[in-house]
Amino acid sequence: MVEQKLRVTLITGRTIDQGVAKELGKGSQEYFDSVAICFLDPSDIKKLGLKNGVNVQITSPYGSVVVKAKKYPYGAISGMVFMPCGLWANAICSDETDSIGMPTFRGFTVEVEPAPDKPVLTLDELLKQQFGK
Amino acid sequence: MTEIIKSVVCPICGCLCDDLEVTVENNEIVKMKNGCAVCEAKMVHGYKSDERILEPHIRKNGKLVPVSMDEAIYKAAQILTDAKYPLLFGWTSSASETQHVGVELAEELGCALDNCCSVCHGPSVMAIQEIGIPTATLGQIRHRADLLVYWACDPWSAHPRHVERYTAFTDGRFEKSEFKEYVQKLKGKASKKKVEAAIRRTQVRYQPPPRPQTAIVEAPPPTLAKTGRKMIVFDVKKTMTAEVADYFVQVEPNSDYEIFGAMRCLVNDQEIDVDKVGGVPVEYLKEIVDAMVNADFGAIFFGLGLTQSVGRFRNIEIAIAMTRDLNRKTKFVISPMRGHFNVTGANTVFAWQTGYPFALDFSQGYPQYNPGEFTANDLLRRGDNDATLVISADPGAHFPKSSIQNMMKHPLITINPDWNAISRLGDVVFPAQWCGIEQAGTAYRMDSVAISLKKVVEAPKGVPSDEEIIKRILNKVRVIKAQKTRKDVTETKNVENKKI
Repeated sequence: MVEQKLRVTLITGRTIDQGVAKELGKGSQEYFDSVAICFLDPSDIKKLGLKNGVNVQITSPYGSVVVKAKKYPYGAISGMVFMPCGLWANAICSDETDSIGMPTFRGFTVEVEPAPDKPVLTLDELLKQQFGK
Repeated sequence: MTEIIKSVVCPICGCLCDDLEVTVENNEIVKMKNGCAVCEAKMVHGYKSDERILEPHIRKNGKLVPVSMDEAIYKAAQILTDAKYPLLFGWTSSASETQHVGVELAEELGCALDNCCSVCHGPSVMAIQEIGIPTATLGQIRHRADLLVYWACDPWSAHPRHVERYTAFTDGRFEKSEFKEYVQKLKGKASKKKVEAAIRRTQVRYQPPPRPQTAIVEAPPPTLAKTGRKMIVFDVKKTMTAEVADYFVQVEPNSDYEIFGAMRCLVNDQEIDVDKVGGVPVEYLKEIVDAMVNADFGAIFFGLGLTQSVGRFRNIEIAIAMTRDLNRKTKFVISPMRGHFNVTGANTVFAWQTGYPFALDFSQGYPQYNPGEFTANDLLRRGDNDATLVISADPGAHFPKSSIQNMMKHPLITINPDWNAISRLGDVVFPAQWCGIEQAGTAYRMDSVAISLKKVVEAPKGVPSDEEIIKRILNKVRVIKAQKTRKDVTETKNVENKKI
């Protein structure tokens, strides 16, 4: 059965594509392509009735962001959504540090829903939207 | 003119690979050997991209406009002296020489000083302060380790040559590598060109013989009993590193502490009453602990999966405690996978200068240390600071949105070589040389070994090093403070004269 929303655990981390693209430049197309995305388990993509590469909206108690959903290529991550480190992932992360300085970048529940009609904002658009500059 | 420069040090991640061979033509890097994909992206393409900042900018009427260096220095110094409690953040992609001047600037301003460590291995540093760390240099691990554990990290993505240079895929003096043997066999069968192409391919796609790769498989892991070097990966998700490991254990998110606890019990010959811990069958943990205890020299590397998960520094503390327990039975070391190439240097230099590695405050005139109070995200969260200087880092892309929103309420000065996210948000934006490409200096590898970075090309005209910029800002701050003091003294005298 196709579900409207999926509650999953957010995991953020490095990918080799993000690593290469950040060195090519944060404004590069490569950076956008490798960071403004999320990886879901094929079974979760199916649950949402999505196809590989369709936009999804990820919402947490701290914010919401639209990114492109892709199948996680290395194995099962059912119940999790993996986002490469970067501006798009940080839009839904919390600044709660548990009083030791480290913000909450992973391990909390977020909602993923299909958003085929909503655009993925570019770096400059996202900076403008979030910080007004 | 073409020049080939050997033994160049890569200024990207904490591995600080020092075997790069760089070809320079007309003051431009045109190709390189031995670098990983990330290194090549930076050293051959990224450093000279259109994203480069070539002159200082100041935001005027909402737009960044180019200005002279003198004007930018004066503006930055004015912002920092006008502010009551600025924050100086970053430092981890700068040479240690720059970090040293940074401490001086923080002391002069009486402000907060933090480095990127607070959002990567800050919890590891805190755990090390709590309990100590049995560790070794990467050279020791390369030559001696026969069991390698990567926990909550993916070196194949974040430290691409770590496995190849320091652990499972390198031939040590006392430990041989299965991967190297595979390459040797291949060499015997094919021509040189084919071999080179195959090596390139296999470094990405090398598949060890078929093995049970996940803890979900209902059979004990036979690969743990094999002789020679073994590599075990613990992670919440299968990664590229996990694909080439001898054994991969998929753990549930935020359950690392429990698993370490269970493993400590097993190392200390205690029984566990449950079937599974953190999603991993206890039978499997027993097999793994057996392999660890029977290793001659084991090494655990851990990443941000531990420091950023629930438990934070307690995860690291118990990992170190398990290593300590293992050392009662065999030789085991543990080491954090440090990210930016000189984040270890930032900790080392700050600690050598002030006594503390990060999360510093100089508002009382002497250094204070308190993670949770003087760490950048806590300061921003509470809105404590009223100006920020960011150097050689990009919190714009790596801090939570709300932290940067608070940062944007006050003036922001940035010193970065390129237009990264934080430079785009700056009010005073400085250009800087690429440390390790256009600027020589000292950096500390992830195992705290100091390595000298090389300068391989000249920087574009008019682009100074970040060390020079910080020194000039420091001098200007001193001048402005002296002027203010003189003005205050004169005003006080005038008031007193009027009273008389």
